[in-house]
Amino acid sequence: MAKKISILIVDDEESVRDSLYNWFIEDGYRVECAENANKALSMLESDNFDIILADIKMPGMDGLEMLRRIKLLKSESIIIVMTAFATVDTAVQALKDGAFDYVTKPFDPDDLSHLIRNASKQISLAEENENLKKKVVSLENVEDLVGKSEPMKLVLKDIESVAQSSSSVVITGESGTGKELVAKAIHSNSPRRFFPLVSVHCGALTESLLESELFGHEKGAFTGAMYNRKGRFEMADNGTIFLDEIATISTKMQIDLLRVLETRKFIRVGGNKEISSDFRVICATNRDLKSMVEKGSFREDLYYRLNVVNIFVPPLRERIEDIPLLVEYFIKKYCTSMNRPLISIDSSALKRLEDFNFPGNVRELENMIERAIVIGNGRKISLKDLPLEKSVVSNSIESLNDLEKTHILQILNKYNWNISRSAKALQVDRVTLYNKIAKYSLKPKA
Amino acid sequence: MDLQNITLISFGYFEESFLRKTIEAVKNEFLFPVIIKEGHIDLSEFYDPVRRQYNGNKLLKEVDSLYASDTYKTIGLFNVDLFIPILTYIFGQAFLNGRTGIASHYRFSNERYGLTSDDKFIIDRFKKEIIHELGHTFGLIHCHISTCVMRSGTYVEDIDQKSEHLCFSCRNGISSVLPGTV
Repeated sequence: MAKKISILIVDDEESVRDSLYNWFIEDGYRVECAENANKALSMLESDNFDIILADIKMPGMDGLEMLRRIKLLKSESIIIVMTAFATVDTAVQALKDGAFDYVTKPFDPDDLSHLIRNASKQISLAEENENLKKKVVSLENVEDLVGKSEPMKLVLKDIESVAQSSSSVVITGESGTGKELVAKAIHSNSPRRFFPLVSVHCGALTESLLESELFGHEKGAFTGAMYNRKGRFEMADNGTIFLDEIATISTKMQIDLLRVLETRKFIRVGGNKEISSDFRVICATNRDLKSMVEKGSFREDLYYRLNVVNIFVPPLRERIEDIPLLVEYFIKKYCTSMNRPLISIDSSALKRLEDFNFPGNVRELENMIERAIVIGNGRKISLKDLPLEKSVVSNSIESLNDLEKTHILQILNKYNWNISRSAKALQVDRVTLYNKIAKYSLKPKA
Repeated sequence: MDLQNITLISFGYFEESFLRKTIEAVKNEFLFPVIIKEGHIDLSEFYDPVRRQYNGNKLLKEVDSLYASDTYKTIGLFNVDLFIPILTYIFGQAFLNGRTGIASHYRFSNERYGLTSDDKFIIDRFKKEIIHELGHTFGLIHCHISTCVMRSGTYVEDIDQKSEHLCFSCRNGISSVLPGTV
């Protein structure tokens, strides 16, 4: 049921208040009246109104002054000012001060209806916008973090309780367990969700690159620094910075990071101006930071600064009951992205997945399902589509490209490099196969 | 004193055939006996020379205090241009959930809008306006159903588009106070 719109009428003339009151009451609005600005302001302290219809000329505090004071209260009410003596100056001033519209008394009945209808539309749009924002955020969480097992419920509960605060969080767990998804879920449920979530993979950058990446640099700071560049801390202003593989940063970076976390201020590489940024830090690691502190390879003060809240993401082997849900989720995800009809998995294949150890955790399962969809011929994923026995996902093959290259080469060799037959077996057209051969520089055996 | 009647008080001359049709329409809609009386008010007291219109708020209060005490619902019928201080004109108004309303057919003639004269339009529009104001006295607010007589109408075209009947929902809203219903 739609919310009943509330209107506050502020006018020193009783006849005007009565007329408007009767008119709006007949339209089904909740209506209250105030004979002066002071009374209206005191009413606003205890009650909220969607629309305030206020006269400009009133004894004591006038409508424009009242408008300014209402805006100072951070009230979300829509304010419409009215006057019997219209001048362009007062109209412009009212609009500059934040009035929604401006009308001259007396108004045409239709104008009044239009005015209120427009204001109501604005209110419902604002509400709808707010609801959609909430919906988008909740959808992100539901889709990304799959699992109904007890360990996953615990993770979700931790996310919920930590999201509203700005405390630093360390997410621990084996590689491939979904630590970045947890970070995203914390960010998207936090009050910072409408600002950026900036991710930095600390393990992938050298010390100097990481420094420039985090703090930014000024033009000419080093060879190749042709422009001023914002750092990730600066980009994350009002949002969240996610530092993945935090255990890999050097001792010097640990000191720099500690200073930034304490002051929320930093200087760009090659610069001299201090920059402030309001960000929340979420870190992730698959290593035991505590034992690193004991061994002296990670600073204790930084550890305590970061580890305000710790969230442990369990490995997949400890939440076997989530495997069917995850399989279903990945089938849906990849069939949709590859524009293929939805397929299922046969029970023996699913059973084998549940028995598997998954050293690579959810990421490994995801890759297996993606591969099975790419190369599987039948509608159902069966045991033979899964690289559980043949160990296709070996240490030497990590990326999907490697997997694709190996598989294409196998098929070409099987059909003696007959392009038509190989293309048919791969279910791609000949041009695509030629392109793949060129892309991976595949050649027949000598 | 008959608190079971709806009374229409005519202030000024109205054709008998129009009054007969109005009685019939009101009776059909609200199921109460409807009677007609003549009223006498010195309209000059309600005239605003600046706006050259009659103050609807004051007229409504006057009709309520002089004519409404001995009947269930009362509607004053006028043929003058009505206004309320905030609006340029009104067709009528009523006390929501009260006992009195007023309506005027001053703005209902086709000629006022550059169209060919047709009395049928005036009668139809006025009947709808009377039933609309009566609806307010029964506590009904404006309705979103396009054909419901309780739909808000600020132009005659709006009034022409709606019917002279209450929609199911509005009728349902007042059914407990109508005669012959439990």
